[in-house]
Amino acid sequence: MKLSEVKDLLQCEVLAGESELSMDILQVVASDGMSEILAFAKSKDLMITGLTNIQSIRTADIAGVSAVIYCRGKRPDKKVIEFARLKKIPVLATNMVMFDICGILYGRGLKGIS
Amino acid sequence: MAAELLRERYEIQGRNFDKAGEVSGEIKVLLRDLGINAASLRRLVIVAFEAEMNVVMYARRGTMTLILTDKDLNLVVMDEGPGIPDIDLALQEGFSTASDEMRELGFGFGMGLPNMKKNSDEFRIESAVGKGTSVFAKIRLSSDD
Repeated sequence: MKLSEVKDLLQCEVLAGESELSMDILQVVASDGMSEILAFAKSKDLMITGLTNIQSIRTADIAGVSAVIYCRGKRPDKKVIEFARLKKIPVLATNMVMFDICGILYGRGLKGIS
Repeated sequence: MAAELLRERYEIQGRNFDKAGEVSGEIKVLLRDLGINAASLRRLVIVAFEAEMNVVMYARRGTMTLILTDKDLNLVVMDEGPGIPDIDLALQEGFSTASDEMRELGFGFGMGLPNMKKNSDEFRIESAVGKGTSVFAKIRLSSDD
């Protein structure tokens, strides 16, 4: 699935990486725990989290995920968005809660890592 | 005997959450520029990042030393902090002594040390309560490095 389709399905606002929406998403990792992301994410996964501090993007960079979506209406501050741009990680935000996001994406064929 | 190719030492400041993770980010860029393969690099930086977060969360200060040889990547992380009374217990997944503040930062769910061990080929912790903790991790370079 293209990131642009994910954006439409989840009614996301794009905060960084507007030109990267054509990338393919194969798997998803979703958690507010950064160690869980680090433990389970594979390179190129889409990361869903409600944690909006600078460590969320550092974790995304270290884990090598392809893009980050912030859930439940949370928005990171400018410094975090700038850091994501520097690391070339697209960042999106949606008002949906994590459970609904995972259900929608799972229903469209995306899977987690097991 | 492995030949040492590079040694870099970094300072880590305890309790500075804004900078937490910066050292690991620097190490990632350094190793990528050296052409270390993606799989070994990823394992090393996950160990580095978890270790760095632990130093920031628990210790007053610490150092991280990266040693690259022709055979492996090595990390030595030494901190001045509270130490770990029971290392076997600390290595159990789910065991955590983190505060609510640490959990709000996305860490402290009892996965950090197990993650570090899982991503290392050799992993050792030494700790003295009231003094500090040292972590040694080795990641062998795969044949295509």
